Amino acid sequence: MARRLPHKDVVIIGFGWTGSILANELTDEGLDVVAIERGPWRDTATDFPISYAQDELRYRIRHEMFLRNSQMSVTFRNNANQTALPVRTWGAFMLGNGVGGAGLHWNAEFWRFLPSDFTLKSHLTQRYGANFLPDDMTIQDWGITWNDIEPYYDQFEYLCGTSGTAGNLRGEIQDGGNPFEGARSRPYPTPAMKQGYGHTLFAEGARKLGYKPFPQPSGNLSHSYTNPLGVTLGQCTYCGFCEWFGCANYSKASPQTTILPVLMRKSNFEGRTDCEVTKINLDNTGKRATGVTFVDSSGEEFEQRADLVILCAFSLFNVQLLLLSGIGTPYDPQSGRGQIGRNFTHQTVAGGLGFFDKDKYNFNPFVSAGAIGMCIDEFNGDNFDHGPLGFVGGGYIGQVQTNGRPIETTAVPPDTPAWGSKWKQALKDNYLSTINVGAACHGSMYSYRDNYLSLDPTYKDRFGRPLVRITLDFHDNEIKMSNFLLEKYGEILQAMGAKQVVKHPRKPPYDVTAYQTSHLNGGAIMGDNPGNSALNRYLQSWDVPNLFVMGASAYPQNAGYNPTGTVGALAFWSAHAIRSQYLKNPGPLVHA
Amino acid sequence: MHEHKSLLATLVRLLLFASAVIVPSGPIMAAGIDKQDFGQIQRGRYLAVVGDCAACHTLPGSGHALAGGRPIETPFGTMFAPNITPDPTTGIGAWTDREFIDAMTKGTGRNGTHLYPAMPYTYYTKVTRDDVLAIRAYLNTLPPVYNPVKADQLPFPFNIRTSMIVWDDLFFSPGQFQPRADKSDEWNRGAYLAEGLGHCGLCHTPKNFMGTDKTSERLQGNALQGWFASNITDDRRRGIGGWSISEIVDYLKAGHGRKTLGTGLMAETIGQSTSHMTDADLKAIAVYLKDQPGQNAGNNEDRTPAVASDQPIMKRGRSVYADECSGCHAGDGKGTEHLFPALDGSAVVQQTDPTSLLHVVLRGTRSVGTDKAPTAAAMPEFGWLLNDNEVAAVLTYIRNSWGNTAPAVSAEDVRKARHAFVERSD
Amino acid sequence: MHRLTRRQLLGSSALALLLMSPVARAAVVKGGLPWKPGSADPPTAVTPGGWHYFTPQEAKTVEAFVDRLIPPDELSPGGKESGCAVFIDRQLAGPYGRLDGYYMSGPFQKGTKQQGPQSSVTPAQHYRKALAAFDSACREKFAGKAFVDLTDTQKDEAIKGLEDGSLKLAGTDAQDFFKLVLKNTQNGFLADPIYGGNKNMASWKMIGFPGAHYDYRNWIDRHNQRVKLAPVGISNHPDWTQ
Repeated sequence: MARRLPHKDVVIIGFGWTGSILANELTDEGLDVVAIERGPWRDTATDFPISYAQDELRYRIRHEMFLRNSQMSVTFRNNANQTALPVRTWGAFMLGNGVGGAGLHWNAEFWRFLPSDFTLKSHLTQRYGANFLPDDMTIQDWGITWNDIEPYYDQFEYLCGTSGTAGNLRGEIQDGGNPFEGARSRPYPTPAMKQGYGHTLFAEGARKLGYKPFPQPSGNLSHSYTNPLGVTLGQCTYCGFCEWFGCANYSKASPQTTILPVLMRKSNFEGRTDCEVTKINLDNTGKRATGVTFVDSSGEEFEQRADLVILCAFSLFNVQLLLLSGIGTPYDPQSGRGQIGRNFTHQTVAGGLGFFDKDKYNFNPFVSAGAIGMCIDEFNGDNFDHGPLGFVGGGYIGQVQTNGRPIETTAVPPDTPAWGSKWKQALKDNYLSTINVGAACHGSMYSYRDNYLSLDPTYKDRFGRPLVRITLDFHDNEIKMSNFLLEKYGEILQAMGAKQVVKHPRKPPYDVTAYQTSHLNGGAIMGDNPGNSALNRYLQSWDVPNLFVMGASAYPQNAGYNPTGTVGALAFWSAHAIRSQYLKNPGPLVHA
Repeated sequence: MHEHKSLLATLVRLLLFASAVIVPSGPIMAAGIDKQDFGQIQRGRYLAVVGDCAACHTLPGSGHALAGGRPIETPFGTMFAPNITPDPTTGIGAWTDREFIDAMTKGTGRNGTHLYPAMPYTYYTKVTRDDVLAIRAYLNTLPPVYNPVKADQLPFPFNIRTSMIVWDDLFFSPGQFQPRADKSDEWNRGAYLAEGLGHCGLCHTPKNFMGTDKTSERLQGNALQGWFASNITDDRRRGIGGWSISEIVDYLKAGHGRKTLGTGLMAETIGQSTSHMTDADLKAIAVYLKDQPGQNAGNNEDRTPAVASDQPIMKRGRSVYADECSGCHAGDGKGTEHLFPALDGSAVVQQTDPTSLLHVVLRGTRSVGTDKAPTAAAMPEFGWLLNDNEVAAVLTYIRNSWGNTAPAVSAEDVRKARHAFVERSD
Repeated sequence: MHRLTRRQLLGSSALALLLMSPVARAAVVKGGLPWKPGSADPPTAVTPGGWHYFTPQEAKTVEAFVDRLIPPDELSPGGKESGCAVFIDRQLAGPYGRLDGYYMSGPFQKGTKQQGPQSSVTPAQHYRKALAAFDSACREKFAGKAFVDLTDTQKDEAIKGLEDGSLKLAGTDAQDFFKLVLKNTQNGFLADPIYGGNKNMASWKMIGFPGAHYDYRNWIDRHNQRVKLAPVGISNHPDWTQ
């Protein structure tokens, strides 16, 4: 029997980026808020201090900051004809854990989507006709427009102090920025980061080919910055230990460096760490959440009742908890009916190696940062005419090499032996003069009828609950798109002066062991009616109106950008709707 | 009756959480405590914050404001602060106003017992009777908490309270603050606060062997409880001589100044006391402190380091600094405002006694977060990584670089500090 | 400096006690950012000497093996001298060798390559079994000689046999074993020296990686210039003792 805790106004499941944003916004309304987190408390000076944060073996190879599969995993299969098997250790994606979530160990590549990404289905249909899209593609509009979301992108950027060069300021194209971006209301809060030699050379190569390169928007800050909450971030030192690592000098935007110092001072907030929410509880109508059940580290079960439940876990686990709690109708790929689990997507990334003459080029690859880099956006979204190409979607192309860590990033030419003196010689000859970017072509993944999430019939977690099952494979459209981007990337490497270019094309079937970003999306998507989505445009559950679901699980399909900028913007957008509309009149914010 | 009381207590607690209420501390007409005098209660709340009663009388994490029980370290042993809630048996609910005034200003407890000067009555003696009564009026409104506090655990002969009679005769000069006619009202207000309720000297003035202030070295810095309370005279190198009035006010208000962040015991003082004080009172304190002469008041131009940069200890220190410190404090020692303290020109770095530096390097610390500057950045601990020679070298380096000068820190200093810190929980 | 770090605790059986203890309660974090001295969790430096997992015979084989994967030459000391065998030994004796943190619930079924490894065999078990099989395979192929007794050329021939699958190992896949040893050896050679391999930061010096410096603000603008900083490791700072 669960022990019942005193009632709260709001219970938040998951204390990462979105949990921190929602907690801070709702405590500002005077509400009593608790955030429940399955991982530990973490902070800069105690958990990733400067004296040992740069440990490639511990953090990059042994994955110390990530969720342990023994605590929670997923199962995977390429298609419904296979038996899904458990992911015994993470490979294709790395899932965060603990306070701050993935916001602690991300690279902080801080992108906005394109305006047309939010109205994708109608945009593509209008431009190319309905028959242009593959039959089994299930893309759709988000239910919001650029003008809805832009103020909240701005809010998230100013929270984080994002470094970048504006490309489109209130409709006017700016030199040096991304000319394809949607109109922004303000410049970035801090100027773009400095760029290393390899990044700069890429920009020169791209310019030679007629492109308009621009610095990647970055949550590693070019300058120290004090955000509107009064919290100060430091200046990035280009240490080259960013993604997979915590930042030791407060210069990477994270909940810890932007929100928690303010949130934790509030008397109407508390966090519970090392507690795993096992269920969202509903009343007997099934239309109202009464709170959550969770289990603490000693195994004791608690019930936390609350008026408002905000689901802020990672996308996969948002969907798992909805399915386990009986909220909404599970998706059925045969009939196409049901909303929970559909339109699951990842990211279609490809990259390669550029080997340069070691006597002429020294890139110092270790002098770098998580979101450093120069990019072009000519081939993202619908910035180019897809008519003659036979595919839709795209991505940015960039020299976004984040590090020169010796285990991960050393590369040798393809004909080198895998060991022995020749291998050593090749390692030495190429380490400083190679461009090595795994995700240089950061492509979209659109949604399909047969890519989805469901509960696994066989494999269980430590409480006996079914794991969430991923059914996912690449479709021809994505592979064509990715190969197209990779071709362009290779041309730029040649224009930079590479003596040898080695391309690593993305090939089907989808491989759960090969890292390809942790950008998992969909499964509880937003939309304009309950017939095509789990959530309304404010991320409110159509089925249970006092439940809001944050995060990339709301994406109907994935765009050609890193997702966190949009995750943060949606969280602020939803928080604003809760504060300005829901609290005044609790109930559905959109009537079906 | 009970209900009435808890309602009042709730009201007062609500006010406590409201934004700073500015109450002027002028003379009032009432001769004693008037339960209806809301203004007096408000003023008492503010004065209790100025006096930082909670620093000793509230046990952190207990959830009971001013119910006592917090261990207080003194050079003579550990004492436990009493319960000053209005509980009649374990608190001061049964005390008369006279007894309260005597305890605050004369150091005498009920029935003629003598208090130990851990209770800063040597400072509070300067507080006006009206202000003491206002504090009492406020304390009367707190929820009474039943909390018998453990007896003092002082060794002989300090466990004999009557010994304090002798101590008082020798060291205690009672008497209310007397304003100086040759100084401004602001200066006098600052002096009244700093020498009275604010009791700055309790931490910042060096003590003699009997635990009393060395008046000749007033406010020139003092080691206590694993920290060194810095020199707060106008000394340009080690004191606040290089600070403007507004920088001092900002530091006391926000916990962050141009060059330093409040840490250790001062973090608590800022968090609980000065950050809640009015700007006018903080400015008055700053004006007063800036007028306290320090040793280096005039000769601040000599920037010759005490240890030359070509000494081996400095070379080693520079290497340690480059690898472990420069990522935050920067190669030029200038840090980042509101985040990483500047070491260049820092008074904390150049104190004669390096205890605070040893503390933050060996054990790390969190700076204070306030409404105005919430970041509360933390310094990681390096005690696990750096050996005694390396700590000595890096501290000697920062104390003698960029124009800083201060005596070298020895490996023996580090060894002793390491040993002393082992038992500490802060 | 001997104290039990949080990680050591987690790696020991004390964890089980902790989890079963009725006093263990989920922490409530409130009222400001917490601070507790002594909560840093630095890595424990590997001290050479003795073997924590390998038998003496296994250790000799692994030392000989890593010294062919990374042979001593004018570029750097070899794998043995660099401590790669010590690195592998300590890794196998720790959480990695036991697959701590892996999802280990059954059923264990064979899937596609894309579904990832589905074996319940730990790296430590894998080494034990494969090293014995490797020695037998070498004796069979090289007239009764164990791997350690072969000439360098013969050793390379044996390793190539594993690499291309031509040298069969009884009860285990030769190519999988080769990949495992190669990965572990290269990890040890290139990791921070605190873990026992990469002694004196030899590999970092070889390739030009300056190690765990945290501040390159002075270098980001200096394009195409060699960074002139001596390598440092987490607890390897040659400059500090000069």
